Parts: sequence; C-alpha cells; structure tokens
Amino acid sequence: MLPGLYVHVPFCRSKCPYCGFYSIASSTPVERWLDGLKREILYHKDRFGQFDTLYVGGGTPSFLSTKVLEKVMASLFDHFHLTSNAEITIEANPGDIKPSKATALKMLGFNRVNLGVQSFNDDVLKFLGRKHSAEKAEKAIEYLRSADFKNIGLDFIYGLKAQSMKVWINTLHRALAFQPEHLSCYQLTLEKGTIFDRLSHEGNRVILPEKTAAAHFLATSTFLESKGYSHYEVSNFARDERFEAHHNRKYWQHVPYLGLGPSAHSFDGKKRWWNVRSVKKYGDALKKGQLPIEGSEMLTKEQLHLESLALGFRTRKGVDLEYLTRLPTSKEVLLMLQQRGLLKIDKGRAVPTRRGYLLADSLPLCFST
Amino acid sequence: MKQIRNFSIIAHIDHGKSTLADRMIQATGLVETRDFRDQLLDTMDIERERGITIKSQAITLPYVDSEGQEYALNLIDTPGHVDFSYEVSRALASCEGVLLLVDAAQGVEAQTMANLFAAMEHDLEIIPVINKIDLISADIEQTKEQIEMDLGLDSDLAILCSAKEGTGIDDVLAAIVKQIPPPEGNAEDPLKAVIFDAHYDPFRGTIVSCRVFSGSVRPGDTIQLMYNNATYRVEEVGIFRLAREPKKFLSAGEVGYIISGIKTVSDTRIGDTITLKNNPAPEPLPGFKEVKPVVFASIYPVASDEYRSLVDALEKYKLNDASLVYQKDSSAALGLGFRCGFLGLLHLEIVQERLEREFDQSLIMTSPTVQYRFELTNGDEITVDNPIYYPDPVTISKAFEPYIRASIMIPERYMGAVMELCLERRGTNSQFSYPSTGRIEIQFDLPLAEVIYDFYDKLKTVTQGYGSFDYDLLDYRESDLVKLDILLNGEKVDALCQIVFKEGARTRALNACNRLKEEIPRHMFKIAIQGAIGGTIIARATVNAFRKDVTAKCYGGDITRKRKLLEKQKKGKKRMKMVGSVTVPQSAFIAILRSDDK
Repeated sequence: MLPGLYVHVPFCRSKCPYCGFYSIASSTPVERWLDGLKREILYHKDRFGQFDTLYVGGGTPSFLSTKVLEKVMASLFDHFHLTSNAEITIEANPGDIKPSKATALKMLGFNRVNLGVQSFNDDVLKFLGRKHSAEKAEKAIEYLRSADFKNIGLDFIYGLKAQSMKVWINTLHRALAFQPEHLSCYQLTLEKGTIFDRLSHEGNRVILPEKTAAAHFLATSTFLESKGYSHYEVSNFARDERFEAHHNRKYWQHVPYLGLGPSAHSFDGKKRWWNVRSVKKYGDALKKGQLPIEGSEMLTKEQLHLESLALGFRTRKGVDLEYLTRLPTSKEVLLMLQQRGLLKIDKGRAVPTRRGYLLADSLPLCFST
Repeated sequence: MKQIRNFSIIAHIDHGKSTLADRMIQATGLVETRDFRDQLLDTMDIERERGITIKSQAITLPYVDSEGQEYALNLIDTPGHVDFSYEVSRALASCEGVLLLVDAAQGVEAQTMANLFAAMEHDLEIIPVINKIDLISADIEQTKEQIEMDLGLDSDLAILCSAKEGTGIDDVLAAIVKQIPPPEGNAEDPLKAVIFDAHYDPFRGTIVSCRVFSGSVRPGDTIQLMYNNATYRVEEVGIFRLAREPKKFLSAGEVGYIISGIKTVSDTRIGDTITLKNNPAPEPLPGFKEVKPVVFASIYPVASDEYRSLVDALEKYKLNDASLVYQKDSSAALGLGFRCGFLGLLHLEIVQERLEREFDQSLIMTSPTVQYRFELTNGDEITVDNPIYYPDPVTISKAFEPYIRASIMIPERYMGAVMELCLERRGTNSQFSYPSTGRIEIQFDLPLAEVIYDFYDKLKTVTQGYGSFDYDLLDYRESDLVKLDILLNGEKVDALCQIVFKEGARTRALNACNRLKEEIPRHMFKIAIQGAIGGTIIARATVNAFRKDVTAKCYGGDITRKRKLLEKQKKGKKRMKMVGSVTVPQSAFIAILRSDDK
C-alpha cells in the first residue's frame, strides 16, 4: 500500500474541554507555522514517491482562511505526488462551513470532509464547549452536499454523563437523515491535562460509569448496523467499504505515513518519529535548517507484533491467526474467547465480535509475548 | 607427599573468595594473564551471576618456594550455602587446612564463623587472610582484633592481601606451604579415596573428583565403590589444571580425578570411599551419609506438548546432579509433569534456572513443600510429599511433620527480632550461647515447613544481612495438619493446595488468596479466589474483570503511546498456564507461600 500524508493544523477558535490534541486558541502564529510547514515540505519533497491519502487534521483546519489553506495545498501539490484518486480529507468545524467555504474547499482539491458535529443536542454541545448549534451543523452538511462533496464523515462524542441513551440515539437518528458516508462515534475519554480530566479529579462525574458506557457502545453498534453501516473499527462506521477512512486505516495496518506540522507523527515501516508540539519550537528548528523532531523509536519485532494485535483487534479485519500462536497458552485462550463470544474465526483471522470490541484494548494482553 | 598441600578457602559471600582463587592461579603461572577471565573456578553462568559456588571444584597449582622447592597446592573450592553443607563437609574432609578470608572493611561476619566451626570440626589448620586492604574503608587493626577476639585465632599470623590489586598473594602462597601440614597416609596401604564431587562429561562419562588418603590408583585397576560395591575399570587418572591432566597414578595425599566408565553422576555418592577390588580397604572413610531430598515441588511444562522435551531435559540434567530426584506426576490443573525432591530451596532454584537456561525449558513450578507422615486409623503409615495426596481426614489418626535444629548466629542487637521471627514460625526449645562478645548463637527447633521459602530472606531482613543460618534435620514430630484448598472461580486447583498447620490455616489462606490476587492478571471476567478447608470457605479475594471501555482513539498516528500502555500492563506475563478458564502466571504458584510484607 502507498504511504499516507498528514498535516497538523494546531489552531482552534477555542479549546474544547475534552480535547487532548495539540492546538492553540489563536491565529497569531499562523504565519510562523506556515513558514515552518513549507520548509518541512521542502525537506521531505524528494524523499517520497506517491501518496494515496492526504489528511489535513488538527486542531481545526477549517479555522484557517481560504488563502492560507490555498498556500498549504499549493505547497503540498508542488512537492509531493498524490495519486489521481487519492483520498484528500480536511477536518472542519460546522461553525466554519459557509457556502463559500464549502465551495472553496472543493476547489482546493479536498474530496472528503470530516465534520466535527459531536452532537445534535444543543445542551450536549454546550457541555462539550462547542460554539456551534445543532441547526448550524445541519446547515453545514447541506452546504457541503451542495458543493458536491460525495464523501462526508461526521464525528460524534458519546458516553458523557450529561447525555442519556435517548438523546444519543436521537443524535444518530438526525445524522442518518443526511446519509453520511462515514460516522466516527468516539466514547468520551479523559485525556490528561484537559478540563474534563480536572473536573473528574475534583469529583465530578463527566463520563458514564463503565457498565452504562458499555451499554451505549453496544447500542450504537446495533443501531448503526441495523441502518446498513458497517462497524469496521471500534469507533468507526462506514456506509459501505469504499467509504472506510483510507487514511486512518494506514495507522491501523502499519502502512507508512509522513506527518507534517507540530506534534505530527510519522512512520516508515520500522521507525516512528514525532515532531515537537510547540509552533515556536517547530518554526525555529526549521528556520535553522533542522528537523523539528522531538523523539523517535525503532520498533522491535516484538513491539510491531504487539501493535499489530492492539490495532488489529480494534478492527473488523481482526488479526491473522498466525500472530496469535506465539504463546503456549494462546490456543486455549483463543478457544475460551470464542466460547465467550468475544472473538470469532473468519478466513484464518481472529475477528472481534461486537462484545469483543468492548475489550479490544485488553485482548492483546492475552496473546502478546 | 611432603610437597603436597590440600586446602580450601572459606569466606563470607562477597569477601573475595573467587578473586583470591583467580589471583593464586595467575601467580602460579597456570594461566597467562592475557588468557585470563575472572572467576575461573565458577564455571557455570549461574555461579558467576549470583556470586556463589554450587559445585565443588579442585585445581592443582604448581608452586616453587623461595628455596627452589617445588610443591603441588591443591585448592578445593566449596559451595557456600546450607543446602550443600554436606558437600562442603566432604570437601573440607579432603583438606588439611583452610584460608579463612575476612574482608578488611566488613570485618568478621556471621557466616565466617559458621564456616570456621566447620573447619575446626575437621581439625584443619586455619590461616586468617585479611583481604581488600586497598579499600579506603579498610580497618586492618579492627579486623585483626576481631580475628583475635571473635574467632580466637592468632592475628599475628594473619596475612594481608588485596586479591583485586594482586598484593600479598605471594605471602598467601608461602603461608600455605609453611603452615598447612602435608597430608599423611601410606601409599602402600589398600586404596582409600573419598569422592568429594562428580561431574558428567558427554565424551568420558562421569569424572569423579577425589582425595586419596591411602594407597594408589592407576589406569587398568578395578575400583570398587564401597557404598554399593559396584566395580569399574579405571581408564584414566589425573589432576586438575585448567583442563584435566592425565597422570600415571594418583597416590596417598593427592587430589585428582578418576575416569572409569561410570555412566551417570547418580551412580556415585559424594562422601563414598573408593577402594580396589582385589585389595580392598577393611572399612570406608568415616562421614559418609546418603543425601536425601527435604524439599519437594512439581514441575510442569508451560505448554503440554512440551512434556517430551522436559523428559529429555531432566534426564540430561540428572547426569550431572545426583541430588535431584524426580518421578512422574500429573495434576488435573497442570497436566503431566514431575514431582521433584531437592536438597533445599537454593538447590530448587538452581535446578529450575538451569533447566530453563541450559535446556531451554519453559516451566511451571509449584510451591515447595516438605514430606509429611500420617498414621492412619487402619494402622498403616504413609508419607506424603505432595499435598494432592493428603489422605482423607477421617482416616488420619496422627500427623507428623519434619523438624530441624536451626542455628542462627547474629550480633546481639538483633536478638529480639530473631526470637520473634522464630517464635512466629513455631520455634521451640530455644538455647543461647555467646561464642564471643557481642555475638550470640540462637538455636531453635523449627518445623521445616516454616523454614522453606522465605525464612532465610526474612532472617536476612531482620538482621540487616548479619544473620547466618544453618540447620540439621532432627526428626518427625506430631502435629495438627489440615489441607488448604484453593479454588479459582469455584474450581479446586490441585496444584495450589497446601498442607498447613491447623492453627495458622486461616491466616495462610487469606495470605494465599491475597498473593494470588496480586499475581493473577485481569481477565475478560471476574475471578473469585477462595481458600477452603474441607468444604468450608475460610478466605476469599477477587480479581476484577478488564474494563469494558473503548478508550483512546488510534488517531493521528500516535500509536506509540497506546503501545507503551500495553507494554506496562503486560509486564512479566510471559510464563502463563491455563487453569480451567483462568490464566495463571508461574509466579503465582510460588507466591502463595510468601508471607505478608516483602
């Protein structure tokens, strides 16, 4: 498989209380970032062949002006080769999507938009610190459809204390009215350093208790699959196989990817490295002609194996059975997991069931040496 | 014979025994400096790593004194642990003198004294050697005073050296020749040679290390082992240099080896006397006893299809370790395996470690136990070394467990703590003596079962390393015993059951459950751990199930963080065994014996 290309845009209108990704709530350093990015692109330009995905994520890429986005895309297209049918995604905030912006994004070459709807309930949106309303999100989707986007992904968050099962299913129901090609439903997790994390430490219940959260997970899967979506990764649903997120799939299958921008991660098949988080350090390093790398690691065979398990058990593709026979207890454990309905064997692969997904993060521990 | 000296080195661990041996080997020119590697005599990896000697070894050092007289100095290196005290006694019986090594910075320590007594029992000449005089913290005067006061030796005779720096080594060698008497014995008398070690060579069979006390032996002779009257034809005799060096004969006073087509090490007995078939000695040398295992545990292959490979490994291992005994065993929980008997816990650890390292076996070992005796109502008497075979309680009329006489030597200030430890372990019949000012020897009768596993560790903790511990097996004494069953999710796990003293059963059960809770990882489901006597549950603990939440999206390519989390969780989970539907790590089987605080 061809490698993927990622660009991290670390700017947001405001910080959301749950988000742990690197971003700053200001547009002041955009120029510094853009200058760095162009230099970083120049450094890598001749080191790669073709890419078949480009993902502009963040942060909030749609927060950038069309002018800045144009410069970013021009620099990328000038120096990297993307295949003609490449998946080119941008993450967008509903509040940023006006009809003109939707058209501009299409003109810039994007063919997929991942829209951070998060909820169709205004109370929940407020709790999540989002600036847009449910109505605005619906409008944004309409604008994107009008601009001829045929591949739209919607992001949602669930598993919060403030959202009942009824409210959550209602959100999904409203989403389905737009026939989105892709849905990402993320269970709320407490990321270190976020406001939600702090609140939780102060004794406030932010996320649902384990049992209820599990029930919401199973309900989400059952509901969306009944509507024809395939639950192809723990948090992701596609209307059909064509619409599975090609770019993210590279992360899950150890396909190389190049990440540009502050805090972006890259992987070449054996080595993984990641950039510094601060825009200032990022820009300064590149200005001095240095790569803005904060750290790197060479993956040992064992580490690759463990990751393959960790990533594989989170997807419908599952894990090759040969990967599971490394421990003396593997066979017995596999049988036990099948009997308990957590895994099934399909074409030489161990595939998690819906209930198995709930334990996806623990399954590797049963098989890893 | 006048030109032979047979000696051993005794020392507290870390006082520099192996380094001193190395330097003497170098000084006598037996090995070129450039070929030198440290701790020549500790040949096994495990010996080098742990800094202990497991098997006795001998080496003959050529030495020329200042007047040009040539000598053969036979150094017999001995193990340094109570598990092997019989081997040590046989090695010391083969010597006329010892070097008593004392660390100039640490001074005389408890173990030094225990070793000294062993040497004194054999009436050996003792040369005190003060080592590590190069250290800044070395206090030679203080050490000399201790040698005089604590050990009752003439400190003027003490030799100062630094094995590390190589200083004083010549003085040590000179003292060996001057102070240790040459061996006695008549080469014309019937052959008497004591076996102090034997090891297996894949090409030559068993190589017997021995000290000849009288008579002589040469290739072509037919020797007889006096313990079982087996006879063998001698193929080769010789002495130990760095490799074996064949000689025409070995005669009275000499230390060397005999190769005579003995197939396995188990065909020989340490301490046995070798004589000649057609001119036998009237009686063997004194001191022989048959070593019997005192600690028992079962071993199983981690994967049941590796049983065959374990059979092979044990057979090969046994070639070189006569003290290990084993027989087939099977457990409902762990499948086919072996019940093994060991000399002690160090021996058990060594066997386990060597099987894993040298024979590439992946093992589960159950917690060690002692051998119990039961008188049954029908008059039969049975012995049980495996709790699985604990008889039906209604058929037991009397139960017995083995006792030891423990000798613990400590500085006086630790007396309270050690007393408490011994009483807690059901110690009785205490006695005290004061071998020297500030030091105390405590003797206790203790059930062996209370001593296995962590008594020695505990002792070292409460005495901050100053406690030395030695024991002799006493006898079997009547006791009130019960079988403690462990259940995982309602199913009895035979490999986890123990025979325990009734009064402490509840504490033991609770302890075992809590240990298991720590050791057994989370599963897809909740695990109930229960301790039971008969049908009554007396303790329980629970391992919670895995959390059912789909956390941390794998997004933006930061997979490293996720993997690191998993790596942290899976630490030390390599060796697991399925017991019913529960995966139990190897460590759990041993952990149930560990007492509360580590």
